[in-house]
Amino acid sequence: MLEKIKQAINWYDQVLSLSHRSEIARELRDEDDLFLLLLYSELIGIPNPVYYYSLELYPYMIEKFHDWHLRMGMEKSPLDGIRCC
Amino acid sequence: MSGSLVAIIGIIVFILGYRYYSKFIAERIYKLDPNYVTPAHRYKDGVDYVPTNKYVLWGHHFTSVAGAAPIVGPAIAVYWGWLPAFLWVVLGTVFAAGVHDFGTLVLSVRNKGQSIGTLAHRLIGQRAKLLFLFIILILVLMVNAVFAWVISSLFVSYPSSVLPIFIQIPLAIWIGYAVYRRKTRMLIPSLLALVVMYGVAIITSRVPILQIDVVRYFGGEGASGLFGLGATSSAFLIWIIILMVYVYIASTLPVWKLLQPRDYINSHQLVVGLLILYLGLFFTNPEVTAPVTNTVTDVSWFPLLFITIACGAISGFHGLVSSGTTSKQLNKETDARFVGYFGAVGEGVLALIAIIAVVTFFSNTDQFVATYSSFTEAGGAGLGIFIEGASQLASGLAIPPEIATTIVSIIVVSFAATTLDTSVRLMRYIISELGVEYKMPSLTKMHVATTIAVVLSAVLVLLPEGSRGFGSGGYLLWPLFGTSNQLLAGISLLLISIWLKRQGRNYIFTLIPMVFLLFMTLIAMFNQVLFQWSWFGTNSNSLLFFLGAIIFGFAVWIILTAISALSNNQFDK
Repeated sequence: MLEKIKQAINWYDQVLSLSHRSEIARELRDEDDLFLLLLYSELIGIPNPVYYYSLELYPYMIEKFHDWHLRMGMEKSPLDGIRCC
Repeated sequence: MSGSLVAIIGIIVFILGYRYYSKFIAERIYKLDPNYVTPAHRYKDGVDYVPTNKYVLWGHHFTSVAGAAPIVGPAIAVYWGWLPAFLWVVLGTVFAAGVHDFGTLVLSVRNKGQSIGTLAHRLIGQRAKLLFLFIILILVLMVNAVFAWVISSLFVSYPSSVLPIFIQIPLAIWIGYAVYRRKTRMLIPSLLALVVMYGVAIITSRVPILQIDVVRYFGGEGASGLFGLGATSSAFLIWIIILMVYVYIASTLPVWKLLQPRDYINSHQLVVGLLILYLGLFFTNPEVTAPVTNTVTDVSWFPLLFITIACGAISGFHGLVSSGTTSKQLNKETDARFVGYFGAVGEGVLALIAIIAVVTFFSNTDQFVATYSSFTEAGGAGLGIFIEGASQLASGLAIPPEIATTIVSIIVVSFAATTLDTSVRLMRYIISELGVEYKMPSLTKMHVATTIAVVLSAVLVLLPEGSRGFGSGGYLLWPLFGTSNQLLAGISLLLISIWLKRQGRNYIFTLIPMVFLLFMTLIAMFNQVLFQWSWFGTNSNSLLFFLGAIIFGFAVWIILTAISALSNNQFDK
């Protein structure tokens, strides 16, 4: 009997959540799509805004970056974009 | 005759219809194949295309199609006596609605889960798609106007229902966020919301100060209100404006924020409503006091009965749901019989109890005849009588009458509000689509399309003059709503018939309901437009004349399309 009631409640819950579940899945899929688009934007020719905004971080991280590449055994900066030395 | 007996006879016919007629249709006409790979499996994406258990899908389909329409239509149509309304609901469900809802589902499943609009384009051509868009546009416009009228008139008549309805909005938004952000199950929060709503309803029924009675604020029925209008007219105007602002916001928000959470709460209300009414009916077992057939002199039952009850007997709107969402979630093709046909039966059961609630309400036949004295009176009074009749049935479960009245009016308002939200949203999509079709990019913008939809609907609901003055004549649009709904069903049945013909199968079982529907709508509109609404008619009304003439034109258009599509052999290739 208890099992039957549980089944009925489960059925009722599924009935109610059917359309909502797909709407939430669509919303999450759209977010994922946007994330992937940002991640691979340069591959399809869209300039990535992340680089533009990370330019502001440049003065804060340049010294740390210099120390880091020295510790890693590289005398010169391995990246063209960051010219600490 | 007792009300329970009427219900039992109706339900037995529904069961027989499902057991035998739908089996015959499934096996011999639609020829369902359990091994056919349905779109839910073929295009499975976890979002739109998801194979779903047939009982779950049926529940979802039924709650999507059930609304206020199968209540309002029968409540008006009992004007001709209970038997004509009863027969049309029962036989219409078995032979027309079931075949239609089931057929649109199968047709869509066999065509990649495409919607009726796309199928019209593919099966008949570009012009059919436009015809389809215009018919839906007219239909949703009527739905907006009629349901805005339903809600406003209930708010004016039952002010205790206002607060619980408005409390539902923040509760729904809260549930939407709870489910989206915290991924909680929606069952418990939505049940809590229902308890809060009904709790508030009990309080507002008992405490007059909490009843938002706009007419009373103006000083009662006879007092004057805004812009030189009477108090009741002003109350209508205020409610219509508030409603239109609300639907504007509701139909531009993402569906998961407000629309869907409200739908869950309303699904509970559907269950609660059906349980209260059917249990109440069997406990109180009231006598049917309405006459079997009512002799009337103003408007004949033929053919107006068939358009007064649209939802509950057959409704084109169901085809949109069948082919729009349900077909993408069907696990096995053979499930279509249960989901589609039995979904229509569910709607029939709702219409049946609406008839019984109204015809058992009066203490004797004379009272019934006095209240339903003319078709116009029936249109204005029908919904109120349903609410009173339903509360009388609820008294069988020991629910005090004032609380029962508030709860039943909340249920009807909630159904009407959900339909209104969806149909304004739908109207916005159609306006955008027409904008694309006719290369008017400004129409495709969300706020432009929504503004057009809301303003047109508001104007339409405010224009007809009713017994309570300005804006209360929304019920005059009811037959027009029924007609456009039947025309839509006619198009769907035409598409199913064309498809069956191409498959080399017997299409007579979909053709007969189609011919019946188109014939009834054509005759009804011809009569109404020419002898009632035209300048030499008995109730001359240029707005109704204009709308009726447009719908008549569409009916002729569909018939011509049907004849050419069914007789033209090039379609068979």
